[in-house]
Amino acid sequence: MTVKKGDWVRIHRVILTPDQRAPQVPDDTKQVPLEMWVKGFADQEANIGDEISVTTITGRKEVGKIVELEPTYHHSFGNFVPEILTIGVTLKEILFGGDADER
Amino acid sequence: MRDNSYAAVMGRKNEIMKRAIGIDYTTFEYEGIGFDYERMMRETGYTLDEMQEIQGRTGVGNTPLLELRNLTALARKMAAPGKGARIFIKDEASNPSGSFKARRAANAVYHAKRLGYKGVIAATSGNYGSAVASQAAMHGLKCIIVQETYDSKGVGQPEIVEKARKCEAYGAEVVQLTVGPELFYEFLMLLEETGYFNASLYTPFGIAGVETLGYELSMQCRERYGKDPDVVVCTNAGGGNLTGTARGLIKAGALETKLVGASVDLSGLHMASDTQFNKKSFTTGHTGFGVPFSTMPDRSDVPRSAARPMRYMDRYVTVTQGEVFYMTEALAQLEGLEKGPAGNTALVAAFSIAQEMDEDQIIVVQETEYTGAGKHIQPQLSFARENGIDIRFGNPADSVPGVNIILPEHPQLIKAVDLDMDKLKKSVIKNAVANHTRELLNEEEIAFLMAESKTDRAYVLKTLDELGVKY
Repeated sequence: MTVKKGDWVRIHRVILTPDQRAPQVPDDTKQVPLEMWVKGFADQEANIGDEISVTTITGRKEVGKIVELEPTYHHSFGNFVPEILTIGVTLKEILFGGDADER
Repeated sequence: MRDNSYAAVMGRKNEIMKRAIGIDYTTFEYEGIGFDYERMMRETGYTLDEMQEIQGRTGVGNTPLLELRNLTALARKMAAPGKGARIFIKDEASNPSGSFKARRAANAVYHAKRLGYKGVIAATSGNYGSAVASQAAMHGLKCIIVQETYDSKGVGQPEIVEKARKCEAYGAEVVQLTVGPELFYEFLMLLEETGYFNASLYTPFGIAGVETLGYELSMQCRERYGKDPDVVVCTNAGGGNLTGTARGLIKAGALETKLVGASVDLSGLHMASDTQFNKKSFTTGHTGFGVPFSTMPDRSDVPRSAARPMRYMDRYVTVTQGEVFYMTEALAQLEGLEKGPAGNTALVAAFSIAQEMDEDQIIVVQETEYTGAGKHIQPQLSFARENGIDIRFGNPADSVPGVNIILPEHPQLIKAVDLDMDKLKKSVIKNAVANHTRELLNEEEIAFLMAESKTDRAYVLKTLDELGVKY
């Protein structure tokens, strides 16, 4: 068992299947389920992919399949975007570099 | 066993809400189409003094008003001689949770605590979530934030993923969902399960919390420049920002100040579409929320929204995603202020509108927001590029939301585009009378429509004639 009782995990559950979705939902969204992810302390031993119950940080019980043990944030400052670099250079030239580029 | 099917839960909406907010909205309803907005704000909200006290106790408010001298100088280079108003920005990022939303959350969470709720829940993918989480931490309440985060492939908007992290940093539970309006269904079930307070963005106390912002603006300008700002620009989504700011300005007696709403143009993208979810780079402050919430304010998560921007708005403009990203970089490079992009929507509009105004006039952008991993121009542009969006320099007028992001080739190409106020006002009236029950509208109902659309009696009657509604 990779997940021990009390481990911090992220679980996943389907809230509404495609046929249960609200009538006003656009067609592309109606093709897919409404899914949910939440984090909590595992209530029992399990493996990744097993369905278990967890206790969330507010003390609620939730059930779902374990998708991650000790979930980590992966968002970042992204990849280099060369266009951004030129904005400051251009603006400083317009503002402080004389009026040559006023157009 | 409770029936938790979609239809059954939505059917219990009113009773769940009544228990979760503690306001009986029916007491403010007129017999016909309207309701007594001012009485609702008076009887369920807080006075300005009380709000300043509540917010002050948690370090919210009294944010600096900064003059953007280099951006003003840049605007003057583009403007006709004698034109180019002084541009100021209210640094709301210096609030505890990093945005003006702390003001709304401070009141809502204080109210929840006072009424004896054990916790608060808010449905929001934006800065409001972290604001509620921060306030809940201060008041020792539990907090759950429900977010629309991912598309069906499990790809999350970097900006929203960052906000989830921030909520968790304050000890909140974050429930993350895929795209769809049924977020409201999950939200209702959580309210029912926990018995927590609905810290909705649209309650009277939430909106009243922003009144302090408008009031401070007026006081800061009067103290330093001996007059009120000529124009205040608000980024507009659900309408609470503009509504609260306008009400605060009115309470300060700043009756001449013009209110401008600004939204990022996302026309053509459907907000509930799974495939279009990650084609946009702005998750709030855009026309997808701004226009429908302005013309139909009661589409929110409470029976009667306290955010009613069309009562106060003098002008409504759109700007493009590329212009906002560009201006965010300009703010960092020319003013030394690194802020999150969403809060700079109004700054783009102000940069453009300042050029129509005289040099001795004052235009204020009333917010900034924090920035960080995910919630910053580089990850957001990088994410857009990964999602097939064409990013290039050019004329922002050629922008197509969901297809490209055009960064202005030159700052003189930055232009706020006016929405047709006449059309918007007519739409407000049309939506308000859509479910009228009385054969002939009475005086109370006509007065309600005048206030809702900020128009006069003749305008309302003419519009009713066009709609074929009798009075």
